[in-house]
Amino acid sequence: MKLSRTQESGTWMILIHAKFHVPLKKRNHKYMKKTTYFLAALLGLSIQIASAQVKKGSVLIKNATVLTITNGTLENSDVLVQDGIIKKVGQNINAPKDVTTIDGTGKYLMPGIIDAHSHLGLDVVNEATAPIVAEVRMKDVVNPFEVGIYRALAGGVTISHAMHGSANVIGGQNATLKHRWGSTDPADIIMQDAPRTIKFALGENPTRVHGRGNGIQPRTRMGVEGILRNGFNEAIQYKKAWDEYNSASSQKNSKALPPVHNERLQILSDILDGKIIIHCHSYRADEIYMLINVARDFGITKLVFQHTNEGFKVAPEIAEYTMGASVFADWWAYKFEVYYSTAYNAAILTENGAITSINSDDAELIRHLYHEAAKTQRYGGMTDDQALSMITINPAKQLGIDEKVGSIEEGKQGDLVLFEGHPLSSYAVPQMTFVDGVKYFDIKEDADDQRLKISPTQMVEEVTISTDHEDRCMQGTESLFETTNSLFLLNQ
Amino acid sequence: MKILNKTFCALILALLPMVAAAQIDGEVIKPRSGKFLLQNATVVTITQGVLNNTSVLVEDGKIKEVGANIAADEAEIIDCSGKFIYPGMIDGGTKLGLVEVSSVAETVDYAEIGDFTPNMQALTAVNPNSVAIPVTRVSGVTTVLTVPSGGLFPGTAALINLNGYTPDQMFAGFKGVVMNFPSSGRRGRYDRRSDEDIKKASEKALKEADKLWENAKNYSTLAANGAELEYYPEMEQLAKATTGELPLLIEVNTASDIQAAIKWVEGKEAKVIFTGVAEGWRVAEAIAKAGIPVITGPIQALPTRESDRYDAAYANAGKMAKAGVKLAIRTDEQENVRNLPFFAAFAAAYGLGKEEAWKAVTINPAEIFGLADQYGSVEAGKTANLIVADGDPFETKTNILHVFIEGYRMPLSNRQVRLYQEFLERSPGLKMN
Repeated sequence: MKLSRTQESGTWMILIHAKFHVPLKKRNHKYMKKTTYFLAALLGLSIQIASAQVKKGSVLIKNATVLTITNGTLENSDVLVQDGIIKKVGQNINAPKDVTTIDGTGKYLMPGIIDAHSHLGLDVVNEATAPIVAEVRMKDVVNPFEVGIYRALAGGVTISHAMHGSANVIGGQNATLKHRWGSTDPADIIMQDAPRTIKFALGENPTRVHGRGNGIQPRTRMGVEGILRNGFNEAIQYKKAWDEYNSASSQKNSKALPPVHNERLQILSDILDGKIIIHCHSYRADEIYMLINVARDFGITKLVFQHTNEGFKVAPEIAEYTMGASVFADWWAYKFEVYYSTAYNAAILTENGAITSINSDDAELIRHLYHEAAKTQRYGGMTDDQALSMITINPAKQLGIDEKVGSIEEGKQGDLVLFEGHPLSSYAVPQMTFVDGVKYFDIKEDADDQRLKISPTQMVEEVTISTDHEDRCMQGTESLFETTNSLFLLNQ
Repeated sequence: MKILNKTFCALILALLPMVAAAQIDGEVIKPRSGKFLLQNATVVTITQGVLNNTSVLVEDGKIKEVGANIAADEAEIIDCSGKFIYPGMIDGGTKLGLVEVSSVAETVDYAEIGDFTPNMQALTAVNPNSVAIPVTRVSGVTTVLTVPSGGLFPGTAALINLNGYTPDQMFAGFKGVVMNFPSSGRRGRYDRRSDEDIKKASEKALKEADKLWENAKNYSTLAANGAELEYYPEMEQLAKATTGELPLLIEVNTASDIQAAIKWVEGKEAKVIFTGVAEGWRVAEAIAKAGIPVITGPIQALPTRESDRYDAAYANAGKMAKAGVKLAIRTDEQENVRNLPFFAAFAAAYGLGKEEAWKAVTINPAEIFGLADQYGSVEAGKTANLIVADGDPFETKTNILHVFIEGYRMPLSNRQVRLYQEFLERSPGLKMN
């Protein structure tokens, strides 16, 4: 057995190593019993610590127009959240003792908005050193102090998918964040019950960083496929080596030696086993189709495309073989691979049956995803439910958390946003945002300065005038392009 | 054999039109000028209130008449019952037509080499066939200021209508010399200069601007007195700004820079317009007092400081307007100028109000550009830049049904629409037959 810091809770827990080399029978029972009690006690303690740190709240919102997403729109209805969970949705619900009531008359209540592509709350984004860096984990670089998280809350966003950048064909593992603003422990803003996801990237970014920046494969879209197939085939061999070892070592008097641990191949092997959802940066139809073929060849079904500007060209294939696409509402033409885009992308994908979400990939855009979703009504005539699904239940499906969030249903987590005006109106203004029933944003109580940390050495606060989209997908790769004088080349 | 040949030839001849028709598959709709009567609409004139059951007659590129009972008189009638007519929207600052794909340097034409190039003409580099132009105008944006950027005096901006096949056909009658006021702010995340370096650079640039301005004034005086001057096109162009012959568009954003710019402008003859003005709300009173009009945007932007309220950029326009600043809105966009109505809606929702927001994308920019007699409202005698919509054009749910630019009825198709038509139900679909 060994002590280790577990990935999920970030707290110290006891893990029992899979294999005892000494047969159980020969062990001292008394000793075992003691150890077991000790283990159980410690385990319980650590769970308590982990859950105590995450605030859960109770609130009753009365008489609002409730946009449930999955069960239609309920006029003049109430939603009760208790201890972080939606307990009741209906009419004439009375507030239990000590539960705050909020009057939602004339307002719209919808589930917390979910952004399936963001880089908020991360200290670094790109480990641009090799075409495959699957071992890298964004949860190791979560920064709960980034004021952008609060600003996202002010735009109704309660969950964001904090992604690795797009410099690598197979990038790092992403973290799903819950915007519990004010928590200073990174573990507390990580959605611990979300499944694992990993970043892939096709096209210009990985070929530019590696092929042109470092002079190694991939330089072309052919090379990108090569990297993927080589990687997965190596993972199969790695897995086989472990399987062989495991079955040999279970034999009596086995002298089998374990293969050398390789975290990178272990992660790829977990992808092959369906334990990790792929979220792949992609733009052109040909590269999207390529990855669909690779995934099918390796039996991978947990695959979501990101950006996917030309997804509309292979919408039937995306619908048939993947978990859909997460797209921009209208961004295009900032680089060549998005020149042949259309703002009707989300509508075409939806009409073809692909799960479609609208994402931000941007600290500014994340603040008005409700408005971005509304653009699908201008471009393709999406219904209110279709449009709102793209920022709630659909991204939840793509992140594997749709059983927990993404709609207003009894039993789901109490992530809610109260709007003045219908959220799909251009004039809508978010009023309050709740995560797990705890109010983290209230327009009436909003203090101008929401920073959690101020640099003591900074005499005068920096003033930044943003002139271009501040996409962070390629952040950290600048040094590779020092010969290029146009910094916007690094965007997107 | 001969007969067969003849028959064959005849057959070919008979089939030719069909073959030709098959090759040119699909109709090409062109902008069409003529006499149009937009009948029985709710007309949001901007300057004369909202008129119910009113018609608008378009002829010779102008709004001929706005009224209740206009005789059709051979005009093509477009029934607008239950619909709304607005003036075309004006974006006070874009790079539309100057860039096709941002990351492809060969298609980027807004920034010339050099710090002092006021004679560079944006109008020269405008690509009338840019794919982004038809994508933009279907949103109801009919006119934009297209602006060069880069150095201290990067060039001369031009107002263009989004119709026409040459820059001259597109030109809408306003040009302004652009000045990037030396900035004490950071130019985005990639700007890694130290605070001290930024300060030094901005002080140096301001000295340079003063020197150039003095020289341009002298150049102008000497020229007026008939002196023989060396060929110096940069000076010649800036001289026009020093006398007010051409307005001076000063891009300025941080509060301290705005204050410095107000001081810099004092006593100068120039007709000054401030652009950007991201921190205008901090010094709104001072801007109003100076009487300098402002073209602000983008509205959907992050606050300039970490300590600012999250909605600082949304609320900026409203706060400036309340202080009495004459205000227009810009997107500062290239391919997504189509979002101007939505930027205006955000400004409206966060304090500007709908009515003022409409003015900020119509009559206000027209006035700021000195073209209020031609643009910015639905009034007889003005250029026929009009949109017909089934609701509020600031809402995404609203459909823009017709767009008129200088009296031309514009096609509402563009490459993004055509891709939609082709791929909504792709053929073949998932499987070949």
